[in-house]
Amino acid sequence: MATLARLQARSTFLAHQYYFRNSAVDVFRKKEYDAAVKIQSWFRGCRIRAYLRYLHRVATVIQKCWRGYLGRQHYQLIVKLEFCTMKMNLYNAMAVRIQKRWRGYRIRKYCFNYFYLKEYLKAVSETNDAIRYCYQGFAILDELCDHTAWRLKRKNTTLFPVYSMLNTSSHQMCGFSMPGNLRHQEALEEFAEMKEREEKKADLEREEKKRDYQARKMHYLLSTKQIPGIYNSPFRKDPDPWELRLQKAKPLISQRPKVKQKRGVNISNRLACTSARSLPQSEILPPIDRKQCQGPFRDITEVLEQRYKPLEPTLWMAEPINELKMAREELRKQEWMRNINDNMFLPFSSYHKNKKYIPLMHSSSKYGPNSYGSQHFRDENPKKWICDKDFQTVLPSFDLFSKYGKLYSKAGQII
Amino acid sequence: MSQRQVLQVFEQYQKARTQFVQMVAELATRPQNIETLQNAGVMSLLRPLLLDVVPTIQQTAALALGRLANYNGDLAEAVVKGDILPQLVYSLAEQNRFYKKAAAFVLRAVGKHSPQLAQAIVDCGALDTLVICLEDFDPGVKEAAAWALGYIARHNAELSQAVVDAGAVPLLVLCIQEPEIALKRIAASALSDISKHSPELAQTVVDVGAIAHLAQMILNPDSKLKRQVLSALSQIAKHSVDLAEMVVEAEIFPVVLTCLKDKDDYVKKNASTLIREIAKHTPELSQLIVNTGGVAAVTDCIGSCKGNIRLPGIMMLGYVAAHSENLAMAVIVSKAVPQLSVCLSEEPEDHIKAAAAWALGQIGRHTPEHARAVAVTNTLPVLLSLYMSTESSEDLQTKSKKAIKSILQKCTYLPALEPFLYDAPPNILKHVVGQFSKVLPHDSKARRLFVTSGGLKKVQEIKAGPGSLLQEYINSINSCYPEEIVRYYSPGYSDALLQRVDSYQPLAN
Repeated sequence: MATLARLQARSTFLAHQYYFRNSAVDVFRKKEYDAAVKIQSWFRGCRIRAYLRYLHRVATVIQKCWRGYLGRQHYQLIVKLEFCTMKMNLYNAMAVRIQKRWRGYRIRKYCFNYFYLKEYLKAVSETNDAIRYCYQGFAILDELCDHTAWRLKRKNTTLFPVYSMLNTSSHQMCGFSMPGNLRHQEALEEFAEMKEREEKKADLEREEKKRDYQARKMHYLLSTKQIPGIYNSPFRKDPDPWELRLQKAKPLISQRPKVKQKRGVNISNRLACTSARSLPQSEILPPIDRKQCQGPFRDITEVLEQRYKPLEPTLWMAEPINELKMAREELRKQEWMRNINDNMFLPFSSYHKNKKYIPLMHSSSKYGPNSYGSQHFRDENPKKWICDKDFQTVLPSFDLFSKYGKLYSKAGQII
Repeated sequence: MSQRQVLQVFEQYQKARTQFVQMVAELATRPQNIETLQNAGVMSLLRPLLLDVVPTIQQTAALALGRLANYNGDLAEAVVKGDILPQLVYSLAEQNRFYKKAAAFVLRAVGKHSPQLAQAIVDCGALDTLVICLEDFDPGVKEAAAWALGYIARHNAELSQAVVDAGAVPLLVLCIQEPEIALKRIAASALSDISKHSPELAQTVVDVGAIAHLAQMILNPDSKLKRQVLSALSQIAKHSVDLAEMVVEAEIFPVVLTCLKDKDDYVKKNASTLIREIAKHTPELSQLIVNTGGVAAVTDCIGSCKGNIRLPGIMMLGYVAAHSENLAMAVIVSKAVPQLSVCLSEEPEDHIKAAAAWALGQIGRHTPEHARAVAVTNTLPVLLSLYMSTESSEDLQTKSKKAIKSILQKCTYLPALEPFLYDAPPNILKHVVGQFSKVLPHDSKARRLFVTSGGLKKVQEIKAGPGSLLQEYINSINSCYPEEIVRYYSPGYSDALLQRVDSYQPLAN
C-alpha cells in the first residue's frame, strides 16, 4: 500500500512533472511539428516529382514515337508528291518538245509553208497576168486560164486550213468552183468575142469616118448640072459610089492660112495676172494678128500691155498684215519638226568659223561713235529740242520709179 | 341655130382644152417657165382636166403635172396638197396604157423629192395599183411603174418595206427577165434601191431569186444596164457574209472583172464597189477574189480612171490587205502598191488620198517584208508630207499618221527610214529611231553605213527628254558603237576637246 501511498504522494508530483514536462515539450511541439511537416512534404514532394518526371519521360517517349511516326508518314507523302511533280515537269518538258516540233512542222507544212506560199503567189501573179492579158482583148485565154485556175483550185482548200475547219462555207465555195470552171471560161470567151465584135465595129466606124473626111476634102469633084465629075462618067450606066458619097458630104471649108504672129515683145508673160479673179486671163484677149488701125494710134501690143498689166501693189500692200505673226508661227512649227539639240554641233574642220565675235574696244566703249548723222539728225544741244521724242523716219514710196517705163508718158525717161 | 353650130361650140371648147394642156406640157419642159406657170395657178387648172372626158387631155394633163412635180419639191407638195393623188391612183387602175404611164410618171416625180412625199403616195394606196401595173402587158407601163416603185423605195427602210409588202419584188424580178433593155435597167435599179436599206430587205430580194438573173446580165453590152445590175448586186452583197456568199455563188467572178475594163466610168465604179463589198466580209471571200485575179483587174482599173471612180477600188485593195498577211502579199504581188502611191500623190481630193493612205497602211502593217514593199515605192515621204501639210484635212492627217506608224513599226529597210531622221516630227521620229535601235545591234554593215551617211550624228543632235522612250532608243543605238565615235559626233565635243588641250601640261617642262 505504501507503494500506493507513495505513488499517490508522488502523483501530484508526477502530475506537476507531467505538466511541466508537457509544457516544456509544448514549447518545441509546434516547431517540431512544422519541421516534421516540412521534412515529410519535401520527401513526398520528391517522390511525387520523381513520379511525375517518370510519367513525363514516359509521355515523351510515347509522343516521340508517335510524332516520329506521323512525321515519317508526312515525309513519305511529300516525297511522293515531289517525285510526282518532278516527273510531271519532265513529262511536260518532253511534251512541249514534241508539241513544238509537231506544231512547227504542221504550221510550216499547212499554214505558213514558205514554198507553198511562194508557189501560191506565183500562181496569183500568173492569173493576174492572164487577166490583164485577156482583158486587153488580145486573144484566146483558154490555156492561160486553164492551168492557173486549176492550180488555184487546188490551193483554195489549203491556204486557210484553220478557217476552213471553222466554217464550212469556204468548203462550199471551194466545192462549187469545180463545175463553175467551165462556165467561167465560157463567159470569158463570150466576153472576148464581144470585145472582138466591138473592136470590129469601132474599126468600121473609124474607116467610115476617114472616108467621110476624104469625101469632104474631095467635094469639089462633085459633078455639076453642066459638067459631070470624074466619078460620074457619062459612059457608065450608073455613077460610082463615091459620087453618092460626095453628094452627101458637106464641103470642107478651107481654113485661112495662119498669119505668122510677129511680136517684138512677148507679152504673154506680162499678161500673166497675179490673181485669177481680178483681171481677165490672156486666152480671152482679142486676136492679136489684127491689121494695124489707120490713124495716130499706138501699137496694139503696147495698148494691150497697158490694159492688162498685172496688179502691182506697193511693197506695203503686197505683204499680209499679220506677217510677223505668221512668220513666228512658221518658225515655231519648224522648230517642233526639226527637234534639234540646243547646243550646236560644231565640227572641227570649220572650227575657226565658230569663234565668237569680239568687238573692238573702240566701238564697245560708251564714249563710242557719235550717232548723229547715222541714226538721227537732231541738234546736239537738247535745249533746242521742241519735243522729247525722236523724229520718226518716214520714207514715202517714190511713185515715179515704180511706174517708170510702164505708162504711156515718157516724162520719166532719160534719153 | 342649127345643130352644127351648137356642136361647133363644143368642138371649139375641146380644141381649146387640148391646146391648153399641150402648151402647158410643152412649157413645163423648160425650167425657166416653171415659176411663171406656178404663179399663174396651173395646178388648180390642171386638176379638173385630169378628169376630162377626152383621154388625150387626161394624159397630157398628167404629163404636164408630172413635169411640174419633177421640177422641185414645192411643186410636188402642191400636187399632194391639191388632192390630185387619189384621182391618179383611182384612174391608174382603170384607164388605158398611155394614161397609166403618165400617172406613174406623176407618182414618180412626186415621190422622188422627199420621204414625206413618198409616204404621202404610199398613204394614198398607190403601191397596190403600181404593183398591178407591173403585171401589165405593155413594157412602157411596167417601166413607169417600176421606176415609181424604185423612187419610193429609195428613201428609207420603212418605205422599202412597204414596197416589199405590196408584193413588188417578184414582179420586179420578172421584169428583169423581159427583153426590153430599158425595163431591165429600171427594174434592176428598183431592186438595188429596195435592197440597200437592210439585210432583211436584201434577203427578200434574194429569196425571190433575183441574183441569178442579175448575174446573167453582167455581160450585157448595154453599159447603163450594167451599171444598175452591178449596183444592185453590190447593195445585196454589202449587208452580210451570207448574202455576199450568195452573190459569189452566182458565178459572177471572172465575169465581173471584165466590167472593170468597161468604157463607161460608172460601170467601172459599180463593179469595183461590188468587189469591195464582197471582199470586205471575210478572208475567204477576199481570197476567192485574189484567186480569180480580181486584185490585178482592180489595180488596172485604178490606173485607168480618175477621181471618185477610183475610190471603191482603193478601198477594196485595203480591205483585202487587211484580212491577212498572205492576202496582203498577194496584193503586193499584183503590183497594187505603185498604183496606190500614184493615187496618193496625184489625186487632188483629200478623201481619196485618205483612202489610199489607209490602204497602204493596211498593206504595210503585217511583216517587214510588206513594209519594205511599201517603202521602196517611196510613199513614206509623201505620207509624211500629207501628215505635216496644213492644207490636208483632219481625216487625211490622222489616216496618214496611222499608216506611217503602222508601216514604220514593221519597216527594217533602212535606206527608206533614213530621210525620216531629218524631217520627221518627234512623235514619228520615235518609231524611226526605235527601228534603228532594233536593227543596228544585229547588222554590222548597217552600223557602218549609219555612221558614214551621217545618221549617227543626226541621232546625237536629237533633243530627247531624259527617261523618255526616244532617249532609251538613242541610248541603245549608242551602245552599238564605240564610245569615242559617239562622243566625236555628240554636240559640243570640239569645245570640250580643245579645253582639254588648253589645260594640258606637257610632261617635259
